[in-house]
Amino acid sequence: MHLAYPAVLSALLFCTGLYGVLARRNLILVLMSVELMLNAVNLNLVAFDVWLRDALHAGQSLALFTIAIAAAEIGIGLAIVLLVYRNRGTSAVDRLRLLRDDSRDEPAQPPAGAAAARPGGSEGPDTSGEATE
Amino acid sequence: MTHVPSVPLAAGHPGFLSPTGVEIAFVLVGVVALGAAVATVTTRQLVHAALWLVVALGGVAVEYLLLTAEFIAWVQVLIYVGSVVVLLLFGLMLTRAPIGRSPEADSGNRPAALTVAGGAAVLLVVLVVDAFRSTWIRLDVPAAGSTRLTGEALFRNWVLPFEALSVLLLAALVGAIVLSRRQGASAAPPEAAGTSEDGGR
Repeated sequence: MHLAYPAVLSALLFCTGLYGVLARRNLILVLMSVELMLNAVNLNLVAFDVWLRDALHAGQSLALFTIAIAAAEIGIGLAIVLLVYRNRGTSAVDRLRLLRDDSRDEPAQPPAGAAAARPGGSEGPDTSGEATE
Repeated sequence: MTHVPSVPLAAGHPGFLSPTGVEIAFVLVGVVALGAAVATVTTRQLVHAALWLVVALGGVAVEYLLLTAEFIAWVQVLIYVGSVVVLLLFGLMLTRAPIGRSPEADSGNRPAALTVAGGAAVLLVVLVVDAFRSTWIRLDVPAAGSTRLTGEALFRNWVLPFEALSVLLLAALVGAIVLSRRQGASAAPPEAAGTSEDGGR
């Protein structure tokens, strides 16, 4: 098999994931795109390991390590997403603008204890986020 | 080409116009996986994106099998298709993602993202094809990725990084628990604590 086939497929998968990271709005969809990029890297590692016949099996071992790190990353990432959703009531990346320089929506931001009431609290940050747009 | 008979990788390899069966299967599965990946990043239904991700990751697992890396393929099926997608679906469910078509799945910087991704794709594909045009993977020798070989390499040469990785997984587990635990649960009213309790776990 030509090495160009897995290399080209890996490059295209990586660029698909890159588009997803840049263009998606939901945080979980961004995480899915990150998974696509990691898979592209894994495909490259495995293809080059099979090509080079490395005595240490470095490519496949590193692919296994990358899979484990991706699992850890998705666990931590989803915990952060759930925490952000619980505190801010949204999981859209372009509404999380509290640390922006001209934070105009800061006075309208309810404290974290008030946002814990989910049915009422989910509208609060949403309307304050839309009021700035 | 006949001057270098001692280099079997560069001399006498089949061209792109006479693909073998493995190559045809690789291209077909690759087209399916790439199409599923594009559907993952472009669909407007959030749950469908997770299900297309299953197809894309399963296609990549089949590509591992075609590259004779069978252990990686089964690990891919177990971890990615089995647990990561389930975690993502749980995340979509717990953040109350809309079920139907949501018009704001894409943010406003979509043309910039298309430009960056398209430019990177063209650059990478041209570079990779030009670099590895005459490189040939030999798949007829014994498999490079059987479970025995991978296990021996992992527990002889890579055992220290393997243990460090287990410590990292433990740290990630503890971190996820600490992040999803409620601080000050006693100060919150009981009904709010109840709703966020099943929302956080």
